[in-house]
Amino acid sequence: MKKGIEVSIAASIAAQLARVEVIAAYPITPQTHIVEHLAELVANGELDAVYINVESEHSAMSACCGSSAAGARTFTSTSSQGMELMHEILFIASGMRFPIVMAAVNRALSAPLSIWGDHSDIMAARDTGWIMLFCENGQEVVDSTIMAFKIAEDRRVLLPIMVNLDGFSLSHVIEPIEFPSQEEVDAFLPPYNPLYTLHPDKPLTMGAYAMPELYTEAKYAQEMALINSKDVVTEVMNDFSKTFGRRYKPVETYNTDNADFVYIALGSIGENIKTAIHEMKEQGKEAGFVSLRLFRPFPGDELLSVLKDKKRIAVVERAMPGGAANGPLFHEIATLMYTGGIDVKIENYILGLGGRDVLPETFIDIYNGVAHTKDTVPVKEKNYDVIGVRG
Amino acid sequence: MCSVRPQGLSEEFAVSGHRACQGCAEILAVRLALKGFGRDTILVMATGCMEIISTPLPTTDWRLPWIHVAFENAAAVASGVESALKILMEKNKIPKKDIHVVAIAGDGGTGDIGLQALSGALERGHKFTYICVDNEAYMNTGIQSSSLTPYGAATTTTPAGKKSIGQSTWKKNMPKIAAAHNIPYVATACPSYPFDLINKVKKARMVNGPSYIHILSVCPTGWRIPTDLAIRYGRLAVETGVFPLYEIVNGKYSLTYNPEPLRHMVDYFNGQGRYRHLTVKTISKIQERVNLDWKRLKRLCELK
Ligand SMILES: Cc1ncc(C[n+]2csc(CCOP(=O)(O)OP(=O)(O)O)c2C)c(N)n1
Ligand code: SF4
Repeated sequence: MKKGIEVSIAASIAAQLARVEVIAAYPITPQTHIVEHLAELVANGELDAVYINVESEHSAMSACCGSSAAGARTFTSTSSQGMELMHEILFIASGMRFPIVMAAVNRALSAPLSIWGDHSDIMAARDTGWIMLFCENGQEVVDSTIMAFKIAEDRRVLLPIMVNLDGFSLSHVIEPIEFPSQEEVDAFLPPYNPLYTLHPDKPLTMGAYAMPELYTEAKYAQEMALINSKDVVTEVMNDFSKTFGRRYKPVETYNTDNADFVYIALGSIGENIKTAIHEMKEQGKEAGFVSLRLFRPFPGDELLSVLKDKKRIAVVERAMPGGAANGPLFHEIATLMYTGGIDVKIENYILGLGGRDVLPETFIDIYNGVAHTKDTVPVKEKNYDVIGVRG
Repeated sequence: MCSVRPQGLSEEFAVSGHRACQGCAEILAVRLALKGFGRDTILVMATGCMEIISTPLPTTDWRLPWIHVAFENAAAVASGVESALKILMEKNKIPKKDIHVVAIAGDGGTGDIGLQALSGALERGHKFTYICVDNEAYMNTGIQSSSLTPYGAATTTTPAGKKSIGQSTWKKNMPKIAAAHNIPYVATACPSYPFDLINKVKKARMVNGPSYIHILSVCPTGWRIPTDLAIRYGRLAVETGVFPLYEIVNGKYSLTYNPEPLRHMVDYFNGQGRYRHLTVKTISKIQERVNLDWKRLKRLCELK
């Protein structure tokens, strides 16, 4: 039965269903409701876990590393500046192969200060060695959180995972969501059985340093684990589909079979793109949409098989390039197409920054090739369009 | 002949093979402390000399479970370890056992970059011991000053020169900062007084809550002294009143060794390259400050 609930609260219930044992977190808008609700669940005895009220995100991620090293199922959540303050430790968590799960409620970065949603934070953290899932709606947040633990803790993986959801436009909306029962989740997700833990009965050294003759090998092994985790992600998604009936794939497609033109995007903006596609269909215009549910490891093969016969591709993203030739997502798609031998026009649109509303009609404008002439000022020497800049 | 050696201390948890400089009192301090903590200990270490000399992959100096995550977060990592042990034991996922978590960091990792994480962990009341091994500078990166570098000491970032006396600020009082968190046990120690150090470690281990031990760890390399003199300089620091040995048990101060009458500072400064440039005037200024601090400490010890 579906229940109308705020997506943040749903995310914390998913962590509760996953029977997390240690939560270390620090509040930041728009992540707050997730950690507040978890603190409440622990305080009321509805979740048998330790909630560590740390003094910063740096310590949140550090405590998560300690907890995971000692063998507890560990959860945290953050946004924006909090993710930046964790940045140093994000690399360490993945390098030390701790299966921590984090709800990353995506938000713009300062300055100027903005509490609203975009992908600046996650794009700054995209190469930290974490597995990254993106969600379009609340149901996906719940399901992905449960799947995340199963993926992270798989002995073939042992890597941390971020479950990304857009700040406010997803985190704070009330949606009808179906929750699996505790018994169903228990059957799907067995208790965490760590391979190595810190314990005096079997002393181990964790976090040693590597001389130049070993560093490359250690990093290569980590990279291989991350790349190979894609198979486990797919496997867990398939298992999930079988158990709970909701289908998930690393690369989701919408109307791509019929269309020569496709949008590619991450996160909840996909819902607006789909609305636009639906409207365009009524006008006889065929457009498709590709949503990267899995962003790290980058699902290149799956994407190529969708993109290979397209005539025009529009990469839509919510982060400034920061002086790069294009937006970060565009880079990856363009590289993939070049190396995959796809030679078609590919466009890059930057939009929805700092919580700016993006309406479905913007995607119709993009399709019609007029998006960049509406309400925009020209940018010199650029390969991308920033939509909606007021002159 | 009767032995004064405390029992059960023959086991080594920091073993030979590490790469500490010759005569390093910091590794000695850690080795002695671990004897006091015993086998059921998990060690969390910050980046610094002790981490770098002990764990080049695939080797290790530690016979205890040991983890290093980063420079500024030993206290936060220890919080996570302690919390995990607690819940896993509560849930009977691991057998119930009195496992003690110990975080160790240098003066930089404690007084500067790690102060926030330390404060958070002390305030949250985790049952763990935090040890600051204080060699009075960032030694691992090559003798740069920290907020625990004493006034007048030359380091590579506070060099003595025509316009500089070296470090121009007074050493931060870390034990007092730790005590201000109202934790049950704070102590200072020095490996030149090994049994005092081990006794304090044993007391810290028994405490039900956070404990903090500040250990003066002479560094021949950074202090520019001969490698056979670390123990002597540790003693001189105590005997001159520069580094008093005391405890703060539930807020109550007490000296654990009274070296009065204090020796003159000159005895301590002599022969240390880092103080070579000090003038008589500066030395007497430091002497005044040390006398004042000593008096204050004694007054604190008298408070009921
Ligand atoms: C965030 C960060 N900044 C700087 C460093 C470089 N660093 C490593 S160890 C160290 C100094 C350690 O000094 P201290 O804590 O006093 O310990 P010691 O080496 O003297 O024992 C520094 C600056 C680092 N590892 N991480
Ligand atoms: S630099 Fe100093 S503290 Fe570091 S290992 Fe050498 S003697 Fe010990």
